[in-house]
Amino acid sequence: MGAFGHYLAAHYDTLKLEFWDLFVGGVANGFLYGMIAVGYTLVYGVLRLINFAHSEIFMSGGFAGYFVMRAFIGTGVVPSGFASIGLIILGIVAGGTAGAVMATILERVAYRPLRKRHAPKLAYLISAIGASYFLFNLAGKEFGHLAYSTPQPYINHTVFHIFGAPVQMYYIIILIAGAVMFVILDRLVAKTRLGRGIRAVAQDAETASLMGVNIDRTIMITFIVGGALGGAAGFLFAMGTGVGYTMGFVPALKAFTAAVLGGIGNLRGAMIGGLILGVFESLCVVFVQAAYIDVVSFGILVLVLLVRPTGILGERLGRSA
Amino acid sequence: MNDLLKRAYVRRLLITLGIVAVIALMTGPPGSNQAPTSGFTGSYAEHASFFGLFRTQRWVVFLFLGLIVWGIASFIIVYGKTVRHSITRFFTVPSAATASSRGVDDLALGKMSFAGSSRNALVSSIAHTRSLSRQRSVRYGMLGALLVFAIFLPRLESSAFWQAAMVEQIAVYVLLAIGLNVVVGYAGLLDLGYVAFYAIGAYTTAWVTGALPLPPLFGHALNPFFAIPIAIFLVMVAGILLGAPTLRLRGDYLAIVTLGFGEIVTIFANNLYGITNGSLGSQPIPHPSIHLGPIKYVWTLKPVPYYYLALGFIVLFLIIFSLLEHSRVGRAWTAIREDEVAAESVGINPLKYKVMAFAIGAASAGFAGVLTASQSNRVYPSSFTLTFSINILVLVILGGMGSIAGVVLGAVLIQTVTEFLNNGQHWGYQASDLYIYLGALLIVMMIFRPAGLIPSKRRKREIQVSEADHESSHMDEALLGDDV
Repeated sequence: MGAFGHYLAAHYDTLKLEFWDLFVGGVANGFLYGMIAVGYTLVYGVLRLINFAHSEIFMSGGFAGYFVMRAFIGTGVVPSGFASIGLIILGIVAGGTAGAVMATILERVAYRPLRKRHAPKLAYLISAIGASYFLFNLAGKEFGHLAYSTPQPYINHTVFHIFGAPVQMYYIIILIAGAVMFVILDRLVAKTRLGRGIRAVAQDAETASLMGVNIDRTIMITFIVGGALGGAAGFLFAMGTGVGYTMGFVPALKAFTAAVLGGIGNLRGAMIGGLILGVFESLCVVFVQAAYIDVVSFGILVLVLLVRPTGILGERLGRSA
Repeated sequence: MNDLLKRAYVRRLLITLGIVAVIALMTGPPGSNQAPTSGFTGSYAEHASFFGLFRTQRWVVFLFLGLIVWGIASFIIVYGKTVRHSITRFFTVPSAATASSRGVDDLALGKMSFAGSSRNALVSSIAHTRSLSRQRSVRYGMLGALLVFAIFLPRLESSAFWQAAMVEQIAVYVLLAIGLNVVVGYAGLLDLGYVAFYAIGAYTTAWVTGALPLPPLFGHALNPFFAIPIAIFLVMVAGILLGAPTLRLRGDYLAIVTLGFGEIVTIFANNLYGITNGSLGSQPIPHPSIHLGPIKYVWTLKPVPYYYLALGFIVLFLIIFSLLEHSRVGRAWTAIREDEVAAESVGINPLKYKVMAFAIGAASAGFAGVLTASQSNRVYPSSFTLTFSINILVLVILGGMGSIAGVVLGAVLIQTVTEFLNNGQHWGYQASDLYIYLGALLIVMMIFRPAGLIPSKRRKREIQVSEADHESSHMDEALLGDDV
């Protein structure tokens, strides 16, 4: 056992005491990570590259939701009942739309010109980094370099207890919204004509184009779908944590870790990876200081990349979905 | 509607207006969460309002500008060909020099015709061989002239602001850029955590000189000069430690892992109060001094002596890196960058050379860290952010990956312009706007000039080859039609 064992034993009681509390929070976080990770995975599936600017799609969703909430609620009375549900749906739609628009612009400006030229891979990465950098700094300029808390469209009371752990309204909203969106996405990719197109491009773009799949359109739609989920996640995140111009960076890095953990290019893997990472990270609070949580999840990323780069469920959007 | 959108001039108008809108936002006054649209609704020349005539809102001005640009662009696109033809016919002189330069231009534009370019290449290669020795002496002459210029620069520009900027903003960034160039340019590895090495260099200086809560390395505080070899050694070790496990990864994974590494170093620097004193920063770091028998010199707060110290090391690193580029190691890097599998098959160990690139590239960042730490007197974790890494990356990309002259030019150019803008708030510029422009610059460079301002010959050819490789499949696509 040694020193590490003692360290674990010392914290074991705390862990036992707070396990379910942390677990609930971790699952909610995990759903958010999963929703962002889906964006990475989809784009990776069709383009074979990591969309570095996905964090800014997430941010744009957060800000869109923030402005909508402020317009409808402002500093007034917190709504409840159907008004609350309606506002949350409105926020999700606003965030999703902003994310989708941002993703479209991104694909058009930062990716398509390079794709048309068959640029080397490094060029895509650099252009995406430039786009990310440009977008979040522009947001900082336009919206101010501060963080703001979003007006909450619901009363965040404890709804019920699970194993003695309180489950708050916010978590329930994330769980329901995340689950619904993920199921829709999963069905979309598995069953529809559009989803077949995405899977075909993911498996073999050239052959797919010979079979009559319009590659440009498919890539565009992939970006839009991933962007919509990322934007909606941005709004859900903003409701709990608030918005700010750098809000995308850390969640996106973790979502990327989740995507790799589950197997990049794999939709269900992204969700599972998100959940595992969310819960693990949440439980880590017991063992390490809060400041080092990011270090832990980054360590997981490096470990997964070195030990099993294909992740838990394996790569390939085409096969698994 | 869809039909209308497909017309070329409509699309052009939309693109122009979009770009103009972005420029209006970028250059406008800063907004806030209460009024996020001030980039559009702010007004020009409020103070010089001539009966309200100049109080036009920004979006009106930019819309007007956009329409003018669109008009000119449309004119050029419709009538430009005839005009250009007559101009080129007028100026074309059938000599080797223009032929080769035209060939290069065509290549850069991606419009090469293979027959034409190979003929041009032949002509230019004959001319090249003939003038090789002369070219070399011209090059050395120019380098010498540049060095003399750099030596006399502090005498030419004597304002305190610019003398400080030469050290803190230009010399340090040149050092970082040439180091990152080894990693990104020579070995083709995208390192987004380069700032970590800079931070390690700076903190090592603080450690060796006893400015950290941690007891100094050799028991008692040392002159920062001793920090130079120690810092360079330590960052090289850090490069190996980071590189050995991660450099097996593919390019995009590597980028994200190095990004995380940069963040981790900042997190540790911020939180390990017992070692780095956390966000409070280090204690004052002494200035370097020489006590070597009869030679005695003490650096002070004045920037000029630091400038010469930095210049000396820049020249040293430039010589080492350019010798490396043309050595066996440099050729191995090129081979790995171009085709890793092929390189491995001829007996090059990719991992070994990649780690080497990481370690060697980190060296100059280590020295830059020592320089900053001892010159600015204190080390704070807030100066080592991701932003910084990307800032350096922009310098390398703008100048030209893999081209030493380009990278130095890029660093000097961007940092001079930045400092000029910082010095006296020109045109409503704010320091935080810089990153918006740098981000935009990265995209623009990748779209229009991926090889940089002064492209390295080899790098440029690689980009062309990679793009031309797909030319044939592109033709197939066009023939078979991918739009069914």
